[in-house]
Amino acid sequence: MTRQRVSLRQELPLLVWLVIVWGALWQDFSPGNLLFGALIAVVVARLLYLPPVELGGRFNVLRAIPFALGFLAKVVAASFQVLFLAVVRGPRVISAVVAVPLRSRSDLLVTATGHVISLIPGSVVVEVDRSTSTLYIHGINVRDADDADKLRKEVRETEAGLIRIMGTKAELSALNQEVGA
Amino acid sequence: MNPDQMSVDAVIDAVSAVFMVVGALMSLGAAIGLLRFPDLMSRMHAATKPQVLGLFLLLCAVGLQLRTWWVWPVLVVAWIFQLLTVPVSAHMVGRAGYRTKHLHPELLSADELEAVVQQAAGEHGFTDDK
Amino acid sequence: MMPLVLTITAVVLSLAAGGAIIRIARGPSLLDRVLASDVLLAILGAALCIDMAVNRHLNNLMLLVSISIIGFVGSVTVARFVADRRKQPDES
Repeated sequence: MTRQRVSLRQELPLLVWLVIVWGALWQDFSPGNLLFGALIAVVVARLLYLPPVELGGRFNVLRAIPFALGFLAKVVAASFQVLFLAVVRGPRVISAVVAVPLRSRSDLLVTATGHVISLIPGSVVVEVDRSTSTLYIHGINVRDADDADKLRKEVRETEAGLIRIMGTKAELSALNQEVGA
Repeated sequence: MNPDQMSVDAVIDAVSAVFMVVGALMSLGAAIGLLRFPDLMSRMHAATKPQVLGLFLLLCAVGLQLRTWWVWPVLVVAWIFQLLTVPVSAHMVGRAGYRTKHLHPELLSADELEAVVQQAAGEHGFTDDK
Repeated sequence: MMPLVLTITAVVLSLAAGGAIIRIARGPSLLDRVLASDVLLAILGAALCIDMAVNRHLNNLMLLVSISIIGFVGSVTVARFVADRRKQPDES
């Protein structure tokens, strides 16, 4: 990853997020406070320079809302599944470490997929291979190859959802081709 | 205060009471999981997932009880911070656990990482499994 | 209704904290203990949230955020440390 300057337009979503956090922490959304927050956001982004987050350049709100709702439902399901397994199965639970190759090579998408699948039912990321963008996932209650396939499919579907929200155009068309084929 | 307002208040109170009790039960679920699961990896599931839902429900209860709009952004930010940090710490602990052999192989039905690790240890070079 | 909710949650959270403490005491490895203390911090955070909801104030919010930061930094640091310490005998 080269350390080239990113354009202000590319940085804008991150700056907006910083301003929202600032307003939320002060619990004050008056224009003056927001303006001061924006000033601090720009100064922080310039002084504390980190490797740029490579955003895909698009964000599909229509796809993001159902994804967020589905995510919330899955978080609820995950907690109850763990509760059920803890009470019913307990020490006899069987798990597996499953390798799932992802489509995307972008760091942001791999990270986002890893975060989401760490929170949905029955999976935690154990190891990431960045060169082949493969996630190694510890799945709980995976007893045979069928369960492992189900887990793999679920992870790939999560990634597909994230690509539809914020993947690059190339990734999106590759995904559409794969679904169409 | 007119009766209509009263009933809305009662409903909000009831909902937040349910949220609080379920949120507390999630913490109990995490503790049960910690005690009953056999190895580090499955305890990791118990430690991460109920926490996220529990905090979500409890923050909702706080927001409902305070009944002002300006607390919601800060509650959402607090929850998003947790969403971002919990998977990272779970991943770090899980990775360290895998590398220090905290696994019980008899409790795993498949381990697709082990072959890759063996290969990498043998070659000391770039590996491509697929 | 609120006193009842407070009693129920107090009992449930105490049981949960007890379970986490048993795991800290018994935990076969350092990582188990770290995980359990993370859960204990989360239970503490849950108690702070319930206090805020029942008494209708926001004084604990910053405490809540700092507790989750302490849990995060603590478990990441310990996980790193464990991974580093164990790697050297393997390589030698």
